Amino acid sequence: MNFYAIKAIYTFEMARWWRTILQSIISPVVSTSLYFVVFGAAIGSRIEAVEGVSYGAFIVPGLIMLALLQQSISNASFGIYFPKFAGTIYEILSAPISHVETVIAFVGAAATKSVILALIMLATAALFVDLNIAHPVWMLVFLILTAVTFSLLGFIIGIWADGFEKLQLFPLLIVTPLAFLGGTFYSITMLPPLWQTISLFNPVVYLVSGFRWAFYDASDVHIGISLAMTLAFLAVALIIVAWIFRTGYRLRT
Amino acid sequence: MNMHVQAAEAAVSISNLSKTYDTGFEALKNVSLDIRKGEIFALLGPNGAGKTTLIGTVCGLVNPTSGQILVGGHDVVADFRKSRALIGLVPQELTGDRFETVWATVSFTRGLFGKPRNDAVIEKILKDLSLWDKRNEKLITLSGGMKRRVLIAKALSHEPEILFLDEPTAGVDVELRRDMWRVVRELRERGVTIILTTHYIEEAEEMADRIGVISKGEIILVEEKTELMTKLGKKDLTIQLQEPIATLPATLTAIGLRLNGDGTELIHTYDSQADRTGIATLMAAVSAEGLSVKDLSTSQSSLEDIFIGLLRDRA
Repeated sequence: MNFYAIKAIYTFEMARWWRTILQSIISPVVSTSLYFVVFGAAIGSRIEAVEGVSYGAFIVPGLIMLALLQQSISNASFGIYFPKFAGTIYEILSAPISHVETVIAFVGAAATKSVILALIMLATAALFVDLNIAHPVWMLVFLILTAVTFSLLGFIIGIWADGFEKLQLFPLLIVTPLAFLGGTFYSITMLPPLWQTISLFNPVVYLVSGFRWAFYDASDVHIGISLAMTLAFLAVALIIVAWIFRTGYRLRT
Repeated sequence: MNMHVQAAEAAVSISNLSKTYDTGFEALKNVSLDIRKGEIFALLGPNGAGKTTLIGTVCGLVNPTSGQILVGGHDVVADFRKSRALIGLVPQELTGDRFETVWATVSFTRGLFGKPRNDAVIEKILKDLSLWDKRNEKLITLSGGMKRRVLIAKALSHEPEILFLDEPTAGVDVELRRDMWRVVRELRERGVTIILTTHYIEEAEEMADRIGVISKGEIILVEEKTELMTKLGKKDLTIQLQEPIATLPATLTAIGLRLNGDGTELIHTYDSQADRTGIATLMAAVSAEGLSVKDLSTSQSSLEDIFIGLLRDRA
């Protein structure tokens, strides 16, 4: 194991984040606060409790999950895309570092950033609503598993993208709609039966449901299924990354 | 001598290396080349000859299609950790993490190559390359020449045994060129093997111990520099005349003499490695025509002439 290399990339990525720490943290915190003001206080006060939880508190896990997905993808995709764009990727390719180590460093840094952000959002949310977390350890497990999975996805997008447009395309066209339709702001049990069934094809449903269970001990789908699906997404992401490295796809000519 | 012993003695040993890109372009055709430990090897060739691809395959940027490369006896594919740890690469293009400081980016490379932090080593490198004053500046604020120095510092940060310089002096000022060659000489004294690509022939002529010429993906020649120059060098014999003449007598034209513009010099180009250069016959013919000779001089052709001659012969 080339630990010095993992440390070098990880520290480099964290330092890059640290330089723009204000934007990195303030913008998600502000947008989350806005969601709470609008949905929690303004509209939420007129919405009845969902699954026994006030609407303002109900949307907390979903909002955090939404930000976690977006931040994991954008952090990781940018982290690997930028060296390709700037040409500095030559250094990583010529270094005595294995594929596994490269992924650990880049994905680890991206996941760390988004988990930190999620925790800051959680703290922000606690200012607006009464939060109690039924299963704190499981909450962290879901947080970390999801952050790693979507950072891997971001890593894949960063390697696939050959322009900044493509970097934005996938999160904008696929991830954000899936997150909004994945029960972030509602319980899928509120939907008509047909849409409930369709929703089950949306991977985000399982992530949000599992995460919400960790908070309120109530979920749209069984917690076991949520966990299994989360692990399955992680496995799929790992398989794709392994394939990319084995074939040298878009990295080595 | 068996193959293994040979491979261990060579810093880089390339055998039967071919590279065909996905586009079908054959960048390298069955290249075999040994770089000796501690030498400065110049790889000369026109643009698009395959120099950068060759370096890329050794350093891990390009996947070889077939063939084998050993660096310090380690296979670059099967044993990439050991082989790559030995190599420092200065790429052709000026790249860099624009918002990083010089110190941070050079230290980053050291870590990437698996070496623990060592501030003294980084300090020495930065001072050698006149970068010490700039250590806390961001790359984006540096001039092109300074960025080139940073790339060299990065390549040296993990104290490599083999240094690749891909077109190191393209667009570089005289001062940096001088600094760079000083550093290269010091490295060589410490036993570092240096491989540089260039199309500036005077650079190879000045620096290299051995020269390889690559053209259209094939190594067409590998030779000691001094040998190459004497072996392939053509010489010009210039005969200065006491009195200018208007036309060259037919007997002299017949044996290959030319007259210069103002009629004061006769020029004869000959192959200095030939057994019989024909100079005696020539001189006899000149005096037979009644021309009186004021002075004689010979000049050796430069590596550039050799190079152009080689490529022309292949075309």
